[in-house]
Amino acid sequence: MTSLPETSSGKKLGLVIDLDTCVGCHACAVSCKEWNTTGYSAPLTDQNPYGADAAGVWLNRVHSYEVSPGTQGSGGMTVNFPRSCLHCEEPACVTVCPTGASYKRAGDGIVLVNPDTCIGCKLCSWACPYGAREYDDDHGVMKKCTLCVDRIYNENLEPEDRQPACVRACPPGARHFGDLGDPESDVSTLVRERGGYDLMPGLGYRPVNKYLPPRERRAATDSGPLELEPADVAAAAAGDGMFRWLDRVLSR
Amino acid sequence: MHPAYSVLLFTTFSGAGYGLMILLCLFAVAGAIPADPVMGAIGFGLSFAMVTFGLASSAFHLGHPERAWRAVTQWRSSWLSREGVMALITYVPAGLFAMGWVFVEDTSGVWALFGVAAAVGALATVYCTGMIYQSLKTIRQWHNDWVTSVYVLLAVATGALWFNALVIAFGEGRSLFTWLSIAALSLAMVAKFGYWHSIDTAKAPRDTGHATGLGRLGTVRQWEPAHTQTNYVQREMGFRVARKHAQKLRIYALLAGFIVPLVLCLAVAAVANGPAAAILAFLAAAVAMFGMLIERWLFFAEAQHVAALYYGADSA
Repeated sequence: MTSLPETSSGKKLGLVIDLDTCVGCHACAVSCKEWNTTGYSAPLTDQNPYGADAAGVWLNRVHSYEVSPGTQGSGGMTVNFPRSCLHCEEPACVTVCPTGASYKRAGDGIVLVNPDTCIGCKLCSWACPYGAREYDDDHGVMKKCTLCVDRIYNENLEPEDRQPACVRACPPGARHFGDLGDPESDVSTLVRERGGYDLMPGLGYRPVNKYLPPRERRAATDSGPLELEPADVAAAAAGDGMFRWLDRVLSR
Repeated sequence: MHPAYSVLLFTTFSGAGYGLMILLCLFAVAGAIPADPVMGAIGFGLSFAMVTFGLASSAFHLGHPERAWRAVTQWRSSWLSREGVMALITYVPAGLFAMGWVFVEDTSGVWALFGVAAAVGALATVYCTGMIYQSLKTIRQWHNDWVTSVYVLLAVATGALWFNALVIAFGEGRSLFTWLSIAALSLAMVAKFGYWHSIDTAKAPRDTGHATGLGRLGTVRQWEPAHTQTNYVQREMGFRVARKHAQKLRIYALLAGFIVPLVLCLAVAAVANGPAAAILAFLAAAVAMFGMLIERWLFFAEAQHVAALYYGADSA
């Protein structure tokens, strides 16, 4: 049924992505592609992968934006912006599906596509405001982030590996996975403390994934660049015998 | 939005086919046209051919056409599913009514019930088609109150043009039918103007700052794209038509879809009956179909999906 589940466990698994910390290395996107091309959504096909016009399905994309100084004098900044399915609470991608292939799980809120019943009409991708769904031309079905449903409950993996591949791969720890339905969870606390926000809340999709905004940059000073003191002056001022001796030796 | 030819053909032809079906059923039930078996066979043949050609071409749009039957299951939530269900259901009364007309030469009594049911089903199917687009909040040019009205009016108008050509060819033409075509086409044109005015004057289109939520920090501009080659989202949702081309195409759509058919209909009204009127009426229908294809192409090409904002589109 592509009607949304009437009852919910209250559990809302999702990601919290820290735009302040993300360095734009694309490790999450590559790791996602690597895991999912053999996982639930397998295969994530590529067309002409070694040619001039390579194309293919990825479930996670990392954009980079330039934010030019705002009115509050925040200074310009570069913001790396990973984008994947937000596992919305009101996912129109699910309700528009004519076959029931697209569905939202009542137990944990994960939005999935059944690749065995999807007819590849692409309407769900039209209904998604976040561009999170990508059509697989070779497979003829729609592909999307599974929140690594085949990892997070997988008892064959070590406990620390039971989280989405993108989260596990992120070198600076900019991606966090957890239950956003539990106000006491680590991710909910992060969202509260850092002012996590929804993408395009006005559309009413109620995304579960949250983004943590870049922290405020230090205000630029008018005094010009700081100058370092020369080392020998510093050493003399410090009156350090060791430095004086070194200076003498090196000055010979 | 990328204008897929399968979808353009589907909505244009099935729209005209259902429009023709509505008028055949209602006028036959009302006794305004006789139950001439040849006329019924050709009329319903044309209607079924257009509807079925449209449905078949929409199936080419699918990645797995062999699973298309699954699309009738989710009518509770999906307008696409509702459209599929209504399209299939409508075949039944329409087929029965056509059989009564062609083989029994009777369009009254119980047959009339089938006729009315077919007309209602045809209308509902086109309504569902419009709602598939209108229900999408992601595209402001589609999430617009005019969309479904335009779909329904254009279906009735193009159907009326075919109906008029048919009845005149069988010597059953009436000035009422010609003036009905003119009225339907004029009404559809007014709705289309209303639609164009509405999307042109919409307030504050969204930008990348809105889509990323970074707009509160300053002006957001794409600095480095997420990948070097285009992906599905860009090809499907990022399709844009240049404004000057869109203006030109609107004029072509207006001329071919409305003005020329209207002039031809006025000529038909002047000639009234006979081969010349039939040829003019047929020409009006054919030119309008061509115009509808341009109109439908523009409906997609002018539609701006919000997801394109992540790829640096300036507005949506």
